[in-house]
Amino acid sequence: MAKKVMVQSVINGDDTAFLCETRQTLLEVLRDELGMTGTKEGCGNGNCGACNVMLDGVLVNSCLVLAVEAEGRTVTTIEGIAPADGLHPLQQKFLEHAALQCGICTPGFIISSKALLEHNPNPSEHDVRLWLAGNLCRCTGYDKIVRAVLDVASAN
Amino acid sequence: MQAFDFVSAQSVDEVVAALAAGGERARPLSGGTDLLAQMKEGRRSYATVVDLKRIPELMEVRVGADGLWLGASVPCHIVNNNADIQKMYPALHDSTGLIGGTQIQGRASLGGNLCNASPAADGIPILIVHSATAHIAGPNGTRTLPADEFCVAPGRNALQNGEILVALQLPAPAKNFGAAYLRFIPRNEMDIAVVGVGVSVVLSDDGQTIQSARVSLGAVAPTPLYVKAAGDALAGQPVSEETFEKAAQIAREAAKPISDMRGTIAQRKHLSGVLTKRALRIAIDRARGTTTVDSLGRLNGNG
Amino acid sequence: MAVTEKAVRTANGTNGHGNGNGNGHGPATSKPAEGYNVIGSRPVRPDGVDKVTGRAIYGADVRLQGLLYGKVLRSPHAHARILSIDTSKAEALPGVKAVVTGADLPTAADKVEDLGESAINLKYLSANILAHDKALYHGHAIAAVAAVDSHTAEEAIGLIEVQYEVLPPVMTVNDALADNAPILLDNLRTNEMGEMGTKPTNLAQHFRHQRGDMDAGFAAATVIVERNFRTETVHQGYIEPHTGTAQHNIDGQVTIWASTQGTFAVRNQTAEILGIPVSNIKVIPTEIGGGFGGKINVYLEPVAVMLSKKAGGKPVKLVMSRTEVLQATGPTSGSNIRMKIGADANGKITAAHAELYYEAGAFPGSPVGAAANVVLAPYAIDNLQVDGYDIVVNRPRSAAYRAPGGTNAAYATESVLNEIAEKLGLDQAHIRLLNGAKQGDRRPDGVQYTEPVGLLETVQAIAESDHYNTPLTGKYQGRGIACGYWNNWGGKSSATAILNADGTVSLNEASTDIGGSRASIAMQFAEAIGIGYEQVKPRVGDTDSVAYNDVTGGSRTTFSTGMAAYNMGVEMLAQMKERLADIWDVEAVEFAGGSFTGGDNSASFEQAAALIYKTGEPLMVSSTVFPRSFGPGFSTQLADVEVDPETGKVTILRYTIAQDVGRAIHPSYVEGQMQGGVVQGIGWALNEEYIYNEKGQLLNGSLLDYRMPTALDLPMIETILVEVPYPGHPYGVRGVGEVNIVPPVGAIANAIYNATGVRMEEVPMSPARLLAAMGEK
Repeated sequence: MAKKVMVQSVINGDDTAFLCETRQTLLEVLRDELGMTGTKEGCGNGNCGACNVMLDGVLVNSCLVLAVEAEGRTVTTIEGIAPADGLHPLQQKFLEHAALQCGICTPGFIISSKALLEHNPNPSEHDVRLWLAGNLCRCTGYDKIVRAVLDVASAN
Repeated sequence: MQAFDFVSAQSVDEVVAALAAGGERARPLSGGTDLLAQMKEGRRSYATVVDLKRIPELMEVRVGADGLWLGASVPCHIVNNNADIQKMYPALHDSTGLIGGTQIQGRASLGGNLCNASPAADGIPILIVHSATAHIAGPNGTRTLPADEFCVAPGRNALQNGEILVALQLPAPAKNFGAAYLRFIPRNEMDIAVVGVGVSVVLSDDGQTIQSARVSLGAVAPTPLYVKAAGDALAGQPVSEETFEKAAQIAREAAKPISDMRGTIAQRKHLSGVLTKRALRIAIDRARGTTTVDSLGRLNGNG
Repeated sequence: MAVTEKAVRTANGTNGHGNGNGNGHGPATSKPAEGYNVIGSRPVRPDGVDKVTGRAIYGADVRLQGLLYGKVLRSPHAHARILSIDTSKAEALPGVKAVVTGADLPTAADKVEDLGESAINLKYLSANILAHDKALYHGHAIAAVAAVDSHTAEEAIGLIEVQYEVLPPVMTVNDALADNAPILLDNLRTNEMGEMGTKPTNLAQHFRHQRGDMDAGFAAATVIVERNFRTETVHQGYIEPHTGTAQHNIDGQVTIWASTQGTFAVRNQTAEILGIPVSNIKVIPTEIGGGFGGKINVYLEPVAVMLSKKAGGKPVKLVMSRTEVLQATGPTSGSNIRMKIGADANGKITAAHAELYYEAGAFPGSPVGAAANVVLAPYAIDNLQVDGYDIVVNRPRSAAYRAPGGTNAAYATESVLNEIAEKLGLDQAHIRLLNGAKQGDRRPDGVQYTEPVGLLETVQAIAESDHYNTPLTGKYQGRGIACGYWNNWGGKSSATAILNADGTVSLNEASTDIGGSRASIAMQFAEAIGIGYEQVKPRVGDTDSVAYNDVTGGSRTTFSTGMAAYNMGVEMLAQMKERLADIWDVEAVEFAGGSFTGGDNSASFEQAAALIYKTGEPLMVSSTVFPRSFGPGFSTQLADVEVDPETGKVTILRYTIAQDVGRAIHPSYVEGQMQGGVVQGIGWALNEEYIYNEKGQLLNGSLLDYRMPTALDLPMIETILVEVPYPGHPYGVRGVGEVNIVPPVGAIANAIYNATGVRMEEVPMSPARLLAAMGEK
């Protein structure tokens, strides 16, 4: 077995230390070492967005980040975006709009959408579709996802 | 992936030393969106991977009267959101705003895109037409190289053992300068360019004549092409559809594409011409401050 | 149960984002349909919170103590004899706990297993799990290892040495049927319309449907159009790759955690392939990240069981990479189709002849049989013949993909019909109204539409839609219509319902929930018994929890499992009334407006539940159903496209789907099915295809180059829900999941013709192909 290194990171606001091989991606460590399986693998090479997390507040594909690169950085995953006592507005609106069918792409979409609304609180439909082009959904045809995001934005 | 040692370099000297020691078995890591994908697929394998992102010089952005100094590891999203770059080099955003989607832009850098040296890279034609210079550091000191000489073969760059790209330098745009990058892809995002075209022009003060121009083609040769003949043919010509067609003709001839699963030779040659014209129209609009074409460079939205 | 009149309902925001709520973007209002208390409303699904928070456990999320990780070694060759496999180096690698090959499989029976939407010869299914004597496609599983972590497993499969004798690949219909074509399966003989042939062949079956007098029909035609079409292999494209986790205990009991459309299908197939009694296997469903028919056949589950057994009973998890998914699972058939249709001067079809040549992949069983039912099915035709050919080629074995076989067939039919319409100067909606099937008409194989069907209503809905009546505005814009049919399915469902003391009801069913079915099943129970949706707690259980359930597929779940839910609601109410009558010592008890009344007594549902709980035995009901008849689905779709004449790029400007949905139990999820199927069809039409090199190796085994639509490639998808209730279901439900994918390729081909004058005979109609075709014009 290859040598492991210790990484200190802040994940969803909590100081988190983990051991990993240098060749393990952040996605792999989140899921297999830390048990945070909300972030999904759909393609392994940055083409589907199911693995999206925010790294130092920036939207990235965690399948293309080495876990060791998280040293000293903050990571936000789907497990960390709801407030203590409820759901994030995006989570709520995805439910109300039925913007998920199988749900496997949903964590990635919610993280992406959160990043979008932080960057641009009032996006047009085109802005939403462009920003979310890196998140694939095979079930919904995107219609209700886009509506849910616009609905959350309209409250801004 | 094969196991490797991971070095989190803190300085240029540290990287250079690690790369020189590792030779072919060492590789620098910027955004990783190409390199890590290649390593996961087994296409590349290294014993040492050296992270560049904690080195201040490689993450530096300086925009001023003398131009742009862009650290090699600065991710696209920084370029996308930098108002000064947007103002001075709007065409850079044509590239940094479409490479791979939002998530990829969170990590990928123009410097990394250049070093990855894909023939179809979306970031290289635009650097070439901005006359960008690559600033390189190595065991023997520093040197520079024009962007259009940086790629030597598909996936191979001009860096020697131990060298890294530190930054890209773009001169301040001349008066009446305009540039654009367009690519053709089957979907609207997420695809590798079937053909990519970068164009820059410098116009006369009355905006009616092209004083000088640069044209660069991507995905139609083993490396991104700087088509000097097209720029020469445009110099001194009036701004007109006939002039654009001349440049398109040269572009079609200069393109030496292959047929592969992303495009055919005939298609790529044809698109080289189409995109050259369209990119020229946009670049001229930007130089003049007019809006005669849509965002794809089509007149009246219909080509 | 009275069947209410058909209704047409447009979805929220078909003309923008408005919904009459004042807030331009809010979700659609959640009022039930007229005459119902629950049905037609849009409640939040019960598994919703888990799915938006990341808590839901899908196949790859399963974590167990002592878990080993498995990886599969796959053939680099499209067609090869396997001469030897040496696993010794892999077995010697530290951290490797088990290695298996096809030699570890018991000899499979030469018998056909019914999987619901498709059937498969178990010998072939076994060989697809781990190759026997031949590698039959690039990516065919050859061996597998289990190790302490996935990186070690990956290294281990690199150490397995396989000697191949490479054979010439057979990649297409034409390759397979050529004289002296290399033969894939030595024992395969053609089933030629019921008679078994004697020669080795790649043609597994030729069947024919015919009726009337085709020659006379064509003789009577004023216009005849005959075209040859080609469609390429496409994949279902679910975002979740296949997984399989299993633990084979020392005592022979096997547990499988499966992300599957059918836990019982996994159990049956695994039992047959491994020669284990069905009763030794328990399959636990995880949540499933998309299926579309592709997660019915097993791939990894038997391998996980075999590895676990060899590893001394430790659980083993296998997860496919995306490349493995594309190389070695699904996809649906590429096809060659010849379509000939004749019509009289008024546009009435007088005869049709369709020849369907479908690529089955490495083993027989393409969906050409279903395709032969779909092709021409929306139209009333007296004289027709359909010839279907099932052909093996060195591609992965085809699996069901949403209305399997239908999309290819409809592309051909709808294209030719539009050509006929144009030659006669007829509007494309009009010719479909003229010929559209009604109750009493028959589909090509003779099966009759014995109940009312909604094809004409969907054409009418399109013709009256805002979309259809909005003119196109640009030179290279075009508009195309297409219709489609899907038979849907009944199938077997079982469920139980338990009355809890607090007035809630626990509903146990086994239909894995791919798209919100927990909600629609709970809603039907709530409607039947007369309580609120929130009081019903649906749960999807394992194979020990309820009796047999057919797969979640074939557009049967809301219909069949819903029927079981309805039965249970009615039965539970009856039993509650009986119990209260006993407790209250009255003759009869009524239930209305949420209250039970009997004599001077009354109780709310919750009070009644508490009373029953306190005074006697627990109250539980069950239902098992197997409806033999079910309502088919029809859809008519309208596509507006714009073509960039200089690049061949097609933009979808606007898209409307009308579908006869019977009765929309939860309209949001019905709309979602419609929109999802349409978008898969759009990808099929424009960019999705398998690209092979001359050696038969898949070149685009990644989502970078297997191009599925992104959010930026699409407009909003307008939905028109036409409700022609199916009389054989208590609420008029028809399956809605599949028919929506049948028309899009035809609609877009027709729109592209309308825009450019180019009739595309090859799909996908990708920019390179369209550019070349426009250049030739």
